[in-house]
Amino acid sequence: MTIELVAGAIKAILMIVLGLNLSLFLLYFERKGSALIQDRIGSNRVTITGLGKRMGMPNLGIINTTIADPVKMFTKEDFIPAGADRFLHTLAPFLALFPVMITFVVIPFGDSISIAGHRIGLEAANLNAGALYLLATIGLGVYGVALAGWSSNNRWSLLGGIRATAQMISYELAMGLAIVSVIMTFGTLNLQEIVRGQGGVWFGFLPRWGIFVQPLAFILLLVAGAAESKRIPFDMPESESELIQGYFTEYSGGKQAVFMLTDFAEQALVAMLLTTFFLGGWQIPWLAPNGFHFPGGAFLAVPALAVSILGVISFLVKVVALCLFLGMVRWTLPRFRYDQLMRLGWKGLVPLGLLNVLLTAFVVVATGRVQ
Amino acid sequence: MPPFVYIFLGALAVVSALGVIIQRNPVHSLLALIGTLMTVAILFIAEDAVVVGFLQIIVYAGAIMILFLFVIWLLNLQTEVGPTGHLLLKFFGSIAAALFVTELFFILAPPHMQVKFTREPTGYGSLASLAGKLFTDYLVAFEVTSVLLLAAVVGSVALARKLPGTNDPLEVRNTAP
Repeated sequence: MTIELVAGAIKAILMIVLGLNLSLFLLYFERKGSALIQDRIGSNRVTITGLGKRMGMPNLGIINTTIADPVKMFTKEDFIPAGADRFLHTLAPFLALFPVMITFVVIPFGDSISIAGHRIGLEAANLNAGALYLLATIGLGVYGVALAGWSSNNRWSLLGGIRATAQMISYELAMGLAIVSVIMTFGTLNLQEIVRGQGGVWFGFLPRWGIFVQPLAFILLLVAGAAESKRIPFDMPESESELIQGYFTEYSGGKQAVFMLTDFAEQALVAMLLTTFFLGGWQIPWLAPNGFHFPGGAFLAVPALAVSILGVISFLVKVVALCLFLGMVRWTLPRFRYDQLMRLGWKGLVPLGLLNVLLTAFVVVATGRVQ
Repeated sequence: MPPFVYIFLGALAVVSALGVIIQRNPVHSLLALIGTLMTVAILFIAEDAVVVGFLQIIVYAGAIMILFLFVIWLLNLQTEVGPTGHLLLKFFGSIAAALFVTELFFILAPPHMQVKFTREPTGYGSLASLAGKLFTDYLVAFEVTSVLLLAAVVGSVALARKLPGTNDPLEVRNTAP
């Protein structure tokens, strides 16, 4: 009992720290990766005592982006404009961040390990209604953004808040439909069970990942997830050429940093969701609990503990790869127009999602997987 | 569920429900209402009615309250200042409330209590058991409700539709030279 409680607490903290660290990594990518994509140099100024420079190493901007940048933001003046609702203005950034952070705990990041005779599943919370929990917490993320826009007493902020709210509830629908078709495919709401269902192979070589069963749902969740995280090409709520900075125009210092952190954490969360539902979570192709069964009959035995550790590494690799992909999309595409965004959401993704659910239902019934 | 958790959540729900009617700013009232809905949802989940609890968060706290927020913004409701309502109205209102509470007390007081509480088996609120009930015992009611909702959706789209020839700002932009 005690060991389960302690392990649960450690796993929950681990997951939230992982989310924060991925956000920091995305902040680094935002500064330096974008420079790489756009053939610029990017942040390269701050060093500690110039040590690297004297040793002839190029400055990678790591201190700039991961230490100097956040420290700068958190030590700036925290300004609340006149006429603003002081209570809600302060509450809003945390209302935006909180739902994202508590969503991380249901993501399974590995199989299970044995410690002192106890079997410990590598997910912070193994909920039987995990997918419902996901949809519930993601739906609550709207309030922080909406109330930030409203409480700032600024027309641009309010417009940004309204845009963000409409965008997020529109794309939540497509997101929900994509997740519903995955749930129907694997017949469970438990995320760990969904990942377990993606083990094994078809035709001797193709891993049973969700992306090969539900390619349309993968694209739906990718697009809807990018829209939920409010990054370019879906950053209408903060489009700086029209709305100055959108819903967080009137934010400065630490609270603005919290909004930035929320965007990055949402991007990391979308990557984790895509990994869990479509890329097999912690599964590695051809790796069974006793070792690798390569197509063609070759076998390589791997100890059980190594299999678990390899699973966690595989999860992290997939998540980071998807984060990089989302970041590259963000630095490649121009911004949509607002009517294009709504048309894509309501006339493109939602009908496709409904069609996908219908097709999935037919296939599930036809293959006789209904009790 | 341990009693102190139940008492804590129940008190939180009552306090935030009071906040809904005491706050003068409509947005603050709305936040208090969200607080009430969330606490009740957590009570549902703690009592093993998992699906009902999560659906309450998804549908009510996540979607319908956003609609309320939009309506508050569109009507541009401001903070109420000064006293509200007539004194006589308040007087009779208090009497009616007192009568209602007395009536509730007499109905719910133990000697009159007709309801027998039974412990449901664990897992009665899971999605599987809910779906089992919905698609066997209550299939007709469920399907009729879904048709009713579909009719409402079609009706609202028909009402909101722009007829050709009406003044539509988007039309003007598209036909401008």
